[in-house]
Amino acid sequence: MRKSIENILEKYDNSKRDALISLLQEIQENEGFLSEEAIVKTGKKLKIPTSKIYGVATFYNQFRFEPTGKYHIMICRGTACHVLGSLTVLQELEKTLKIKAGQTTRDGLFSIEIVACIGACGLAPVINVNGTFHAKVTVESIKEIIESYRNKEE
Amino acid sequence: MSIQIEVNGKKIEAFEGETILTVLKRNAIRVPTLCHMNDFIPSGACRLCVVEIVGSPKLVSSCSYPVADGMKILTNSPRVIESRKTIIELLLSNHPDDCLYCIRNNNCELQSLAKEYHVIERRINGKKNSFKLDHAGTSIVRDPEKCILCGRCVRICEETMGVSAIEYVNRGSKTVIGTTMQKGLNTSSCVNCGQCIMVCPTGALTEKNQTHLVQDALQQKNKTLVVQYAPSISVSLAEEFGMPPGTDINGLLNAALRKMGFKYVFDTTFGADLTIMEEAAELIDRITKGKILPMFTSCCPAWVKYAEEFAPDFLDNLSTCKSPQQMTGAVIKSYFAEISNLKPEEIISVSIMPCTAKKFEMQRDTMGRNGYKDVDIAITTRELIELIRLNGIDMKSIIPEITDSPMGVRSSAGKIFGATGGVMEAALRTAYKSLTGDELTNFKINAVRGFQGRKETKIKINNLEIGIAVVSGLANAALLIDEIRNGRKDIHFIEVMTCPGGCIAGGGQRIGVDRSVIEARMKSLYDIDDRETIKVSHKNPEIIELYDNYFEHPLSHKSHELLHTCYIKRDVLL
Amino acid sequence: MDTLNADKRKKIFVDLIKGNKNVEIENQLEYIKREKINKPIIYVGAGTCGLGAGAAETIIAIKDYLKNKKIDADVMEVGCIGLCAVEPIVDVQLPGKNRISFQKVSCKNVNNILDQAFSSKFSKEDVLGQIQIGKADKYAAIPDFFKLPFFEKQKRIVLKNCGLINPESIDEYIAFGGYVGLYNTLTKHSSADICDIIEKSGLRGRGGGGFPTGKKWKIALQQQNNQKYLICNADEGDPGAFMDRAAIEGDPHRLIEGMAIAAYAIGASVGYIYIRAEYPLAIARLKVAMEQARKYGLLGKNILDSKFSFELKIKMGAGAFVCGEETALINSIEGYRGMPRPRPPFPAVSGLFEKPTVINNVETFANVAEIICNGADWFSSVGTATSKGTKVFALSGKIKLTGLIEIPMGTTIRSIIFDIAGGIKNNKKFKAVQIGGPSGGCITEQNLDIPIEYESLIKVGAMMGSGGLVVMDEDNCMVDVAKFFMDFIQRESCGKCIPCREGTRRMLEILESITSKPIGGEKAALERMKGIMQLEKLATVIKDTSLCALGQSAPNPILSTLKWFREEYEEHIFERKCATHTCTELRKFRILTDACTGCTLCSKKCPTNAIIGTKKSPHFIIDEKCIGCGTCKETCNFSAIEMI
Repeated sequence: MRKSIENILEKYDNSKRDALISLLQEIQENEGFLSEEAIVKTGKKLKIPTSKIYGVATFYNQFRFEPTGKYHIMICRGTACHVLGSLTVLQELEKTLKIKAGQTTRDGLFSIEIVACIGACGLAPVINVNGTFHAKVTVESIKEIIESYRNKEE
Repeated sequence: MSIQIEVNGKKIEAFEGETILTVLKRNAIRVPTLCHMNDFIPSGACRLCVVEIVGSPKLVSSCSYPVADGMKILTNSPRVIESRKTIIELLLSNHPDDCLYCIRNNNCELQSLAKEYHVIERRINGKKNSFKLDHAGTSIVRDPEKCILCGRCVRICEETMGVSAIEYVNRGSKTVIGTTMQKGLNTSSCVNCGQCIMVCPTGALTEKNQTHLVQDALQQKNKTLVVQYAPSISVSLAEEFGMPPGTDINGLLNAALRKMGFKYVFDTTFGADLTIMEEAAELIDRITKGKILPMFTSCCPAWVKYAEEFAPDFLDNLSTCKSPQQMTGAVIKSYFAEISNLKPEEIISVSIMPCTAKKFEMQRDTMGRNGYKDVDIAITTRELIELIRLNGIDMKSIIPEITDSPMGVRSSAGKIFGATGGVMEAALRTAYKSLTGDELTNFKINAVRGFQGRKETKIKINNLEIGIAVVSGLANAALLIDEIRNGRKDIHFIEVMTCPGGCIAGGGQRIGVDRSVIEARMKSLYDIDDRETIKVSHKNPEIIELYDNYFEHPLSHKSHELLHTCYIKRDVLL
Repeated sequence: MDTLNADKRKKIFVDLIKGNKNVEIENQLEYIKREKINKPIIYVGAGTCGLGAGAAETIIAIKDYLKNKKIDADVMEVGCIGLCAVEPIVDVQLPGKNRISFQKVSCKNVNNILDQAFSSKFSKEDVLGQIQIGKADKYAAIPDFFKLPFFEKQKRIVLKNCGLINPESIDEYIAFGGYVGLYNTLTKHSSADICDIIEKSGLRGRGGGGFPTGKKWKIALQQQNNQKYLICNADEGDPGAFMDRAAIEGDPHRLIEGMAIAAYAIGASVGYIYIRAEYPLAIARLKVAMEQARKYGLLGKNILDSKFSFELKIKMGAGAFVCGEETALINSIEGYRGMPRPRPPFPAVSGLFEKPTVINNVETFANVAEIICNGADWFSSVGTATSKGTKVFALSGKIKLTGLIEIPMGTTIRSIIFDIAGGIKNNKKFKAVQIGGPSGGCITEQNLDIPIEYESLIKVGAMMGSGGLVVMDEDNCMVDVAKFFMDFIQRESCGKCIPCREGTRRMLEILESITSKPIGGEKAALERMKGIMQLEKLATVIKDTSLCALGQSAPNPILSTLKWFREEYEEHIFERKCATHTCTELRKFRILTDACTGCTLCSKKCPTNAIIGTKKSPHFIIDEKCIGCGTCKETCNFSAIEMI
């Protein structure tokens, strides 16, 4: 069930700075991204300047400031995946969806994020869509994978 | 515990636990630094201060590495020189090439380093970062392309001011200094103090330069050009023109301004006296009538904005008095205009301040009426120097002149406004007279003088024991405010200066001066106080005249209209 | 056993840890250890890599099979046994028989495989091997699982239980000897003793630094402070490394026990496991295990009645490789940007919240319990003179058998690649193996017989790193590999210090200029060559002055590939050629005029309008405009375009 930002913040009444990242992670898990409102409220709760919160949030890959697509595709660009062709898979993905990594398609269906290494190197190249892993992805199979998610929408 | 180390072959005494840099500085051995700030914990970011330790595989940053007994250090070995030079070249490779068009040309730490390390060819080339200018604020302009990410601005804003309007954003090569959500400075909690400009090594942070506006104004033949300058100004210019730091060149300043084209030259110090008349009266009013206490001074516009943002629960504690700049401006466009048969719209009123926040203050809503502003252009000491040079004025050859009446005579109490504790001392001198009918036997109140961030004492006036506090640096103000929030009731009057040391170390002053220069300025102000005869605001004859002819008495209806203001809670990204 | 109430259960297992004789448990032990079973058990390797290969679907299919055939059997998810290349792996253990391991069990062939298992009629291509269960009879003609070439040379200490036990059962962990190390620690040894034992064992930090673990603990122990912290670095950011993930997914209690012992050794009362958010399964397993340990009094206050208290917390990383660096990690836990701090002071003296803090890698902690149980000498008898014990490696790249292995220090790299991993796949030629990720270097043919050791690897310009080993073959471009790592470093550099932030960017640009579309001419070639010389100079300064190990080791891949593959660099620079065709912009294409029908399809698709020609006449590719993307070749229906 989706909680409001206030619900999440309630648990952090006596928290200090070291709770910041966990708190932001919880908000993003719930909202899908970090809004200005979320940052301001977090600042009030933890008594930290918003610039510091923004500075922390922009430092880490995990945090987004725009909502992601319904199907969020994380493509691994670790060494093993690279050596086995993940770059061409990424390029094909960008070509198929007509967006670049870090963006969301206009219809809000798909977004792409590059992650450094998922840790499933034995099955490289790997992508992760909303928690589901797809292993040994190729330029052909990526198109099929996208199609299968699109078909779910119909 | 005393130990011995060797630097460049020479044996030197050191103390256990010290950093290498501390020892080197004490022995006048130069090591370049960029991210280092005195009295701040070393961050070890720039790596420029690296030195070689014999027997150690890597170079170490001298700002953070502790000395050890028997350590052998080389500060300028070929390896160290090559490293420092490369670091400088790396910075240059991501820096705009337009030194000739930069306001910090000839006063830029990056330039100086490039020269010191003999960079005379472009060995490293590559893509440069591209960022937009942020000139959304009233006082400060940010140019992230010139930023070398030393972090000094972030630290002073966070640690000294407790404001944290700016911070490192993003990561790696994409790192940039920005505000929350990377909007303009005007949406942030920035109080416009300009201390970030004072610590910036390059032209990444500058004031909103309005030299051209003044130059244009001076050409307008159908207007009357009037100028006022803050108490600090006359002791803050000397070293620029080859004179010993701190020398009071008030007379030369008047002459230079007239040569520039100003018709009337007034002294904001007069306005300071006026502020004291009103503020002392207000303090006594609050104390004797049981109104809200403690009262905070309100002449520092960065502090006022800080209170509006961070301590809106204390807005009723702020004195309703305007600052000397604004009081002087209001008087210029009312009393002075009337007696000179001028319409306020015919006057262009310029102020010269050691401060960048004054650019914000002059555009506040209550700082004008009937469609005109009391002060039209507020410029900094730096901009004044530019105007002096631009207009070819030779400070060494002009003859000192006096200020104009009716706002030229001043007391030395007004003059010490420029130092932290000065406002407090001046106000107490007048409050004492008002409450007891007598003058203080000793006008010097040493307890409020000096560079300490917080000074507190108690003054006995009749059977009242008045608790007073003087803070400079907003982080110190925040601590005091919290104490009061938590129930402290023994303080009645508090002076807050945003800039540590007071206005003589303001955000609009000359950049790159030594601490000794600021100390000289402070000493100069107190020397003036020692030798001048009119040491109290209430004895300033032009002040007395002003009340007789115009305001009647402090806190009168007319003075409330022109000389007092109000405050609003500000909705910014804190 | 399952019907016992929680308290009784706890007493039984805590008794087991304490070595108290307990008749009830004696009888049950064989069943808990599954040396005796009442019904068949089907184990499915369901670590992240197994799931990635389709294990979840396999499990559903297995359950369907059992339901349809009305077979009463347990299905158990286990961690990764390490043979990731042939996942999903499914083991079947029938009562009284050995455990049979099957490879590549998808939802499509699982029915057939289960038929084989239940009928004992095996198909050679499906069976991996058999795992001995107690004194059961061996199946005929099925190899011994742990004698397979992949496993024979391994010595599994850290990975002992992975893939074999149920990672969500603390009882199993205890049944197989778990938490005895902790008990012995608390009852028989002082903190100083434990530090001594670990130091004597020769255990060195497995995160890559190789700092003697016992020595680090001693420094922390000696600090006078009533609050100390222990941190487990499970950030595992090295691309190509998944040792820690597998170890936690497969055997989380091993980490917890190791940390509890370490905390006792240094006097820490609070511990953090800093684990990357990209490891959701590992995080889930840890949470379950921690809760189980708390319930059994193995975590929390007064552990096993010893007056020693230790509480563990999980902190999730938020996606920053640099947070694998100790002081950056500390900043991250404290809620700041993950930027390193200057050292000294070292974390063992002043770390988290300015208190003495020891940070160790998952693998380091995973060795601790075994060392306490078996003794320092037992551990130091494995490995070489300076590098004791074993090391877990994640093998990936162009080898036949990718996956996870644990080998004694001193094993040669050749042995790993050709004996264990089965050699290069598709009959290609070995070119290089990258060890140490973006901080490491490559090992070439001539150095394949180097024994794996901290110092020996550094000598040839590589480094142990956390254990990621990526094998490359003749089709990989080493310049591209260097560029890949530098690109990674640039993305992950925290940006605090100038040499790393600006320096690695310039190094990356030089590499990009070598691998991208040529601006032709001799002058340009000279510029590129100057670029290479500058690379070496820049590299020296970056190594010498960077604030942390990320920057200090950033130039390693470039320096290493330059050293061993200089001709490849020069080919890129002077001949503008990438022999492996990896650097796409250097590729050249040619239209075969005989085959071209002039259909104009390729010229329409060309992104840079590099193809000219009139309809129905052979077309032509303008070399200067071509960016080597290969779209034309893909588009051509007449096979009229070839890469030259």
